[in-house]
Amino acid sequence: MIEVINDKCDFCGVCVAVCPVDSIDLFEARIEIKQNCIDCMLCVWICPVETLAPIEKLQEVECETAMIV
Amino acid sequence: MRDSYDCIVVGGGPGGAWAAKHAAENGVSVLLLEKDREVGIPVRCAEAVSEKGLKTVVEPQPRWISNIIEGFVIVSPDGREVAIDTGKERGYMLDRKIFDYDLVQMATMNGVEVMTKAYVYDLIKPNGTVEGVRVQHMGEHHDIRARIVIGADGVESRVGRWAGLRTNIKMKDMESCLQMTLSNIKVDPKYIYFYLGRDVAPGGYLWIFPKNERVANVGLGISGEYARYKSAKEYLKEFIGRHFPNAAVLYTVVGGVPCATTLKKIVADGLMLVGDAAHQVNPISGGGITTAMIAGKIAGGVAAKAIAEDDVSENRLSQYARDWHKAEGKNHERTYKIKQAVYKLTDEDLNKTADTILSVPLEKRTLANIFRTALFRHPSLILDVVKVFMTK
Ligand SMILES: Cc1cc2nc3c(=O)[nH]c(=O)nc-3n(C[C@H](O)[C@H](O)[C@H](O)COP(=O)(O)OP(=O)(O)OC[C@H]3O[C@@H](n4cnc5c(N)ncnc54)[C@H](O)[C@@H]3O)c2cc1C
Ligand code: SF4
Ligand code: SF4
Repeated sequence: MIEVINDKCDFCGVCVAVCPVDSIDLFEARIEIKQNCIDCMLCVWICPVETLAPIEKLQEVECETAMIV
Repeated sequence: MRDSYDCIVVGGGPGGAWAAKHAAENGVSVLLLEKDREVGIPVRCAEAVSEKGLKTVVEPQPRWISNIIEGFVIVSPDGREVAIDTGKERGYMLDRKIFDYDLVQMATMNGVEVMTKAYVYDLIKPNGTVEGVRVQHMGEHHDIRARIVIGADGVESRVGRWAGLRTNIKMKDMESCLQMTLSNIKVDPKYIYFYLGRDVAPGGYLWIFPKNERVANVGLGISGEYARYKSAKEYLKEFIGRHFPNAAVLYTVVGGVPCATTLKKIVADGLMLVGDAAHQVNPISGGGITTAMIAGKIAGGVAAKAIAEDDVSENRLSQYARDWHKAEGKNHERTYKIKQAVYKLTDEDLNKTADTILSVPLEKRTLANIFRTALFRHPSLILDVVKVFMTK
């Protein structure tokens, strides 16, 4: 699954344009990734401001922080 | 708001506004739906258009224009500046907040109804034919019917997908863009600058479009092919750090441009796609304002006629696709081939080409002349260009 870091998102819709399975809902100031996501990573790569990340990666970051703390 | 219209337009950008205006002008009832709270905001654009291009679609108003551009400069990967004389052809820096707003306002003067904060989340499509839209508006859901739905919903377009059209774009053709409006800088307001090169903007270019001598839109687009290794944000941060370390950022634009050819199918039963939603963008420059308006005008006209004739079939609406192809689509196919050839050039090729062009005196440096010189000195380019023109 893909996680949205909503604070970084500008709601520009480029990720929606490249998603091959129409998994992304874009509202005026909110985006949502639906269950049918196939983890292809295209949205993650195309986002100009690094808003999206695969959930595993986020967990990795959290683990690392946990270890430092 | 009624529960049915002749025509519903989804999206209040230049494409949607112009489709709505021209449908209404030809006598049908039109509702325009925009998901954001105000048309024209947020701006997702570098705001440059050619004077000639704009004049083909609308009479330019002084209040839309923040600056007039008289020429451009291409900066090669090794930093050489190549100025190009555009002769009498000028460019405008638009203020798109005002421009987009005025276009929609002009549409309303022809009777178009407008609803903002209206998020279209699906189509009504009982037997395969599109018969309306499902909208979420201020927490309420509505079904609104229409003979024809025009999807002018921008790069994020989903209207086409819901109608069953193939709207996918290849990653290499999607430009991942970021722009910052910088203040407290010094630029020559008469020139726009394009920077090329792998380190600056791979598979795209970086632009400096001045609004005046102290303020400019500085942004870049990189091909999706390269975006996976390093984001547009990183590239722009580096460039601004190097060239404008003391700038203040007044505004940030995030976005994408579909730099491909027009989608194979832009109509279905009861449906038409216009503008970015149909990939009607100049594939080299990424300019899509005037082309969206050209398409909108054609689509609006065909929609009104089709409704009057009581035939909204794909077959009837395909007149729009044919007319668009004649007006611009064919041209975009040629431009796309040139884009592919240009993006194959290495940094070294680009540096050499810059050298060649610099050997032409400035007053003779017109686009046609440069093309001839570059071809003469670098015959490998000839092959690519011949391919482009032979296959038109
Ligand atoms: C960074 C950047 C720089 C650019 N620079 C230039 C330039 O200098 N010159 C140029 O000519 N072009 C430029 N372009 C391209 C240009 O902005 C677009 O081609 C142009 O805006 C296309 O117009 P449009 O009407 O098709 O779509 P848009 O202007 O994108 O309008 C689409 C509208 O539809 C609305 N919408 C989307 N989905 C829904 C929904 N489900 N329900 C309701 N409403 C919806 C959106 O909110 C939006 O208002 C640039 C683009 C970017 C990203
Ligand atoms: S591409 Fe990035 S910034 Fe744009 S809507 Fe998607 S997640 Fe948000
Ligand atoms: S990872 Fe692929 S399938 Fe999932 S939301 Fe992103 S683009 Fe769509």
